[in-house]
Amino acid sequence: MAITPPSERIWWRQPIAKIELIWIIVAFTWGLIMFFMMIYWHGAGEQNLSNEAYQIKPQVFAQHAQEMIDEYTVREESGFPVVHPPAGSDVYLIARLWQWWPILELEKDQSYRLHLSSMDWQHGFSLQPVNINVQVHPGYDMVITVKPDRAGEYGVLCNEFCGIGHHMMVGKIYVVE
Amino acid sequence: MGKLFDYRTCPTTGLRVDRAAERLIKANAVAAIVFLAIGGLFGLLVALTRWPAVHLLPADWFYLALTAHGFDVLLVWIIFFEMAILYFASAILLNSRLAGPKWAWAGFGLMLVGALITNVAVLQGGSSVMFTSYVPMMAEPPFYLGIILFAVGALLGCGVFFGTLVVAKREKTYEGSIPLVTFGALTAAIIAVFTIASGAIILIPTLLWSLGLVSHIDPIIYKTIWWAMGHSSQQINVAAHVSVWYAIAALVFGAKPLSEKVSRTAFLMYILFLQLASAHHMLVEPGFSSEWKIFNTSYAMYLAVLGSMIHGMTVPGSIEAAQRARGLTKGMFEWLRKAPWDNPAFAGMFMSLVFFGFIGGISGVVMGTEQINLIMHNTIYVPGHFHGTVVAGTTLAFMAITYILVPLIFRRELILKKVARWQPYLFGFGVAGISIFMMGAGTLGVSRRHWDMTFADAILPFDYPSAAYLMMGLNGIFAILAAIGGLMFVVVIVGSVFFGKKLAEDEKPLYPEVPPAAAAVSHYGSAETLKIPGTAFLVGIFFVAFVLYYFVNWKYLSEVWPLS
Repeated sequence: MAITPPSERIWWRQPIAKIELIWIIVAFTWGLIMFFMMIYWHGAGEQNLSNEAYQIKPQVFAQHAQEMIDEYTVREESGFPVVHPPAGSDVYLIARLWQWWPILELEKDQSYRLHLSSMDWQHGFSLQPVNINVQVHPGYDMVITVKPDRAGEYGVLCNEFCGIGHHMMVGKIYVVE
Repeated sequence: MGKLFDYRTCPTTGLRVDRAAERLIKANAVAAIVFLAIGGLFGLLVALTRWPAVHLLPADWFYLALTAHGFDVLLVWIIFFEMAILYFASAILLNSRLAGPKWAWAGFGLMLVGALITNVAVLQGGSSVMFTSYVPMMAEPPFYLGIILFAVGALLGCGVFFGTLVVAKREKTYEGSIPLVTFGALTAAIIAVFTIASGAIILIPTLLWSLGLVSHIDPIIYKTIWWAMGHSSQQINVAAHVSVWYAIAALVFGAKPLSEKVSRTAFLMYILFLQLASAHHMLVEPGFSSEWKIFNTSYAMYLAVLGSMIHGMTVPGSIEAAQRARGLTKGMFEWLRKAPWDNPAFAGMFMSLVFFGFIGGISGVVMGTEQINLIMHNTIYVPGHFHGTVVAGTTLAFMAITYILVPLIFRRELILKKVARWQPYLFGFGVAGISIFMMGAGTLGVSRRHWDMTFADAILPFDYPSAAYLMMGLNGIFAILAAIGGLMFVVVIVGSVFFGKKLAEDEKPLYPEVPPAAAAVSHYGSAETLKIPGTAFLVGIFFVAFVLYYFVNWKYLSEVWPLS
């Protein structure tokens, strides 16, 4: 029994039943398939993180964002600047208590280098309803190349707990034709 | 051999029971259940707040309750109970005295004091930082101090366990190798040492930081090392509850492992590979290469998952083999149909096995896939997953064995047997519902740790689809079911411990039914005679579900914005 010492003293010499052996082989093979699936997706799939990231001081990041806002703001909405940066450019999204700043307006099927960083605590970039979720840290600039493939209005929610105003931290991204 | 220590002989198993170990098992189990009750109550409050139509607590209380819930059930309840399991699997199963009971009591005291300090810190309101306490968000110093004391206490408990193994070996209290259950507990204790060391490495500097003695803690380094504690501590649970599965299979059926070699190797894989799991929490963070992520998140090519999949067959397989040896050989499933479903120890154990595999296990592997994590990270899918592992898996298994421990260790007859009979079903299906509906809501993008999914106070509006509201409502309903199940457990166990009929020294408890050791199916399971078609079929269903669900999620991923 499992609660008594093994009845065969030399238990490691006991043969393994065929059915167990088959399952071990199947399960091990399945593990390999899942392992190589991740590598395969880096070549064949379209959803991968570049892992491009830099250490950056929050005020430097804020300065980059401000330059973009100064140059490309097209209108204002509920006190947020709406920024329409050129296709292919570097765009900055500031996470801070409790805002995603500014509102971005992107063009469909164009690529952008999206920079994410926090000014204070950790935040969670959660793009809805597409459901893309990335962690945002203070002191780190994470760069993701995004290519929005459907026009519309998207919510940017915070899904890392960031204090009492966490539930008010909603931003917006527009994707236009 | 003379009586080297104060013991009694168990009338059911014939084992010598060290009274010092027995007292420690009782103390740890009682503390565990008290914190389960407290943490469970906080959990219910959380679920009722996340039910949009109820929205019970105000925001500050919600985050306070959520922090307390995580700490009390994920850490305190489970580790206290694991201490009881360690002492049981060493001193009792090995027929030995416990090494250094005073150290064990010191450990118990530290854990209790630590748990209380952190609970008070949380209840004071200045430490609603969630169980994970990610920097740079800062809690009050006692919050970290309590966790550190708790961990040091647990480390002492592990030391007593290792010491007892040495004592038992030296005093030759058993012959041959240690039992499989003790081996599994040894696995858990070894992982616990790694876990606690990681916790100390990160929480001690964090405590100093909260005292103003250290100026900066890097948030990514914090998270990586914190999860070397946080995730590994869940692997302690897995090793412990798999041991409990084997123990219940042995106690209720006299089941013998199909192959000691295979089952022990599967445990060994936990020690070798489970520590890599910190990576599961770092898949969408800046600063890691994909090579690092892929190797670590897959536990080096899914070798630890392989360990769990092996146990997933060998545990029910050993039960089937034992039942067939008793003559329940008709068809594929007579052994399962005629299993003692009214015995809460078996019912809880078997549901724990099924839910852990199908809900917690599959979702964990899928969510831990490097790219798929993008569509799940920090959504409420994550708590959906780990309620499947830690609650439907670990907690349910621990509840199940408690029904056996009360008569055998506390020497009390169980009261309210009817309530006990139904308890595992209510709690099990309640938790399964919680897990599934949270996973469903997470798939629709709902955030975890979030007070208001309507965003009523936000300047810019956002609306989740109505299906997400439905999921969160169902989650609330199943949380009530689970809470009733949890309450039934606490009432039956606490009631039995205080008011159950005392059993005489040589009296065998009649309920739940534990056949005498002689009924063990001791020579079954050699390669020639082994026939477990029922288990093979169940494992086949599991495998198909796993493969389908895995690829469905790749399909979901392929539909989101291209990213590179």
